[in-house]
Amino acid sequence: MKVRAQIGMVLNLDKCIGCHTCSVTCKNVWTSRDGVEYAWFNNVETKPGIGYPKDWENQKRWNGGWERTKSGKLQPKQGSKWRILANIFGNPDLPEIDDYYEPFDFDYDHLKSAPEVKAFPTARPRSKISGERMQKIEYGPNWEEILGGEFEKRSKDYNFEGVQKEIYGEYENTFMMYLPRLCEHCLNPACAASCPSGAIYKREEDGIVLIDQEKCRGWRMCVSGCPYKKVYYNWESGKSEKCTLCYPRIESGNPTVCSETCVGRIRYLGVMLYDADKIESAANTHSEKDLYDAQLDVFLDPHDPAVIEAARADGVPEDWIKGAQESPIWKMAMEWKLAFPLHPEYRTLPMVWYIPPLSPIQNAAEAGKIGHDGEMPDVRSLRIPVRYLANMLTAGDEEPIVQALERMSAMRSYMRAKTVDGVIDEAIAARVGLSGRVIEDMYKILALADYEDRFVIPTTHREQVEDAYDMRGGCGFTDGNGCSTGISDGTLFGGKRKALKMPEAMR
Amino acid sequence: MHQFLFGIYPYIALTVLIFGSIARYETVPFTWKSSSSQLLRRRQLILGSVLFHVGVLVIFFGHLGGLLTPIWIFDALGISHGAKQLLAVIAGGVAGVMALVGGGILFHRRWTDPRIRRTSSFADIAILALLLAQLTLGVGTIFVSLQHLDGHEMTKFMAWAQGIFTFDGQAASYIADVALVFKLHLFLGLTIFLLFPFTRLVHMLSVPLRYLWRPGYQIVRSRRKTVNKTPAE
Repeated sequence: MKVRAQIGMVLNLDKCIGCHTCSVTCKNVWTSRDGVEYAWFNNVETKPGIGYPKDWENQKRWNGGWERTKSGKLQPKQGSKWRILANIFGNPDLPEIDDYYEPFDFDYDHLKSAPEVKAFPTARPRSKISGERMQKIEYGPNWEEILGGEFEKRSKDYNFEGVQKEIYGEYENTFMMYLPRLCEHCLNPACAASCPSGAIYKREEDGIVLIDQEKCRGWRMCVSGCPYKKVYYNWESGKSEKCTLCYPRIESGNPTVCSETCVGRIRYLGVMLYDADKIESAANTHSEKDLYDAQLDVFLDPHDPAVIEAARADGVPEDWIKGAQESPIWKMAMEWKLAFPLHPEYRTLPMVWYIPPLSPIQNAAEAGKIGHDGEMPDVRSLRIPVRYLANMLTAGDEEPIVQALERMSAMRSYMRAKTVDGVIDEAIAARVGLSGRVIEDMYKILALADYEDRFVIPTTHREQVEDAYDMRGGCGFTDGNGCSTGISDGTLFGGKRKALKMPEAMR
Repeated sequence: MHQFLFGIYPYIALTVLIFGSIARYETVPFTWKSSSSQLLRRRQLILGSVLFHVGVLVIFFGHLGGLLTPIWIFDALGISHGAKQLLAVIAGGVAGVMALVGGGILFHRRWTDPRIRRTSSFADIAILALLLAQLTLGVGTIFVSLQHLDGHEMTKFMAWAQGIFTFDGQAASYIADVALVFKLHLFLGLTIFLLFPFTRLVHMLSVPLRYLWRPGYQIVRSRRKTVNKTPAE
């Protein structure tokens, strides 16, 4: 057993209102630069839909993630190391920027500079890459917002596998949900495995997956390797970039920007202890449907004295062990079994988990005849097909999803009985295998969702590894630019310097 | 002039190549990259890039082995100069045409595609043009070589190249009487060496062969002093 700690995230999709505040604040902080205009480290998709970039979930097309070969070996789906190197001159699995969208801006200036004309002046789009006029914007990071576009196109959604999807195109039967997506900071990252330069690494102390910008050579294998398409190639700098889980904030005990600004308070951050020795065998589990359970098995119980002892021996700090014990992630993923990994079948062991959303009862017009499973509505008659959620979160295994939906439904019934009728009905809790006390705890964390319940983030211990005295007066984040205060715009070697206004000599 | 171009210029070019590359790697590692533009436009890239790179690699190693292997090794192996030249002409010719076609496709793409053109630096376009010119000259030398198939001409270039690397002051004189196209080819080659550290060509030095014997797939980094050294997988 080798104990490591990781900051994991859970998103409660039941409460996501699709406001995109997470995406916008993330973009303002991280990707409002040349070369990554098209990149959204965090984006929110309306499902069902093909998403951003187009059809990203379809690994038959993109070959992202891992595969278990016939001989039982685990290797990136885009090929063995030899294969990846052989494709270095031209990567057949790399998306083109149009699969995301061509970044654009509008000629806003024309609105005020246009001469007096009969027709009202308009701001027309212009490409941010070539600077040329774009006749038509073909796609965007949020093209299918609130079921935008024809069902015919959106129904290519990979999660419809095994679902009779035709009826969901009808107005009366339609359903939707939001899916905010970011880097999964996987336990078994396919991007890191695909990087020929060895520039992508996972941090031992908090599990954050980062790209070393000075070591990245732009071989772009990580972009195709990541099944979530959450590594982006910066076409201006020629380096790959990805979500950093806002590590400077995490290190100081603050939540990521997307979590901090989440209006619906759907995001949770906390420590998970895991056994690094179990990763490979878990990712190589034979049946795809067993991958979810295999990943649960990688996590270690922070209350187990043997685990605590091993964690101390492996150098996990005391406050991180305490953080793991109070972790909302542990409760939602392990104790209540409400949260699930996104597409476990990619074998990456992702660490951003999702609580599936409840939805209105199908056929509200027939409300009188709703299938009731005792006191509670049958979750299989919910508007969002269980199979659809299972394809997304458990590789098609419906049982865990049904249990989670029943538990959330039970939480509502129990609390309604308690607050409206003034009755504590333990039977509701017992029916879903919980107790009243646990349900009230669930209610506190899921429904009330106080700041300190959502974010349990121990600070990093840089004082143990660095001499802070030596760091004083150092420069901050410079995008690989060094601390130069030179006045030239570029370097001899083609790099750009950050614009720094230097005082000039006066005549 | 001849002495400067082929006796001194090689040292200037190689020195700039070596120290320029070290300086770039040390001072601005962020700029060390392959500058792939595949994301912006896939069309033409895969075919052009594969042809170009494979061709150039064959030519590069052909030149390296052909020029710098001491002549007595060929003699000892019983390979006649004529046979060696024939091999060089055929292999180099095929690879040269491959690289030329691939490079031509890439240049067309870079010059005509608005996305690629707009995001190209002057150096990106210039170095590709120089490489194409060099490839044309290189393939052009074949027609001269075919005039004298005994391989004697080729041994002059071997003597010159080896002379440069053994600090032989007479090196330039060994190629005093070769055809002009060869001299142009040599001069342009040396110029490309000179420009190497200032262009995207530096990605050649980062061929990620180590990937093949990197243990396992995953990389974990730690800041802690006391850390388990065993990799995760």
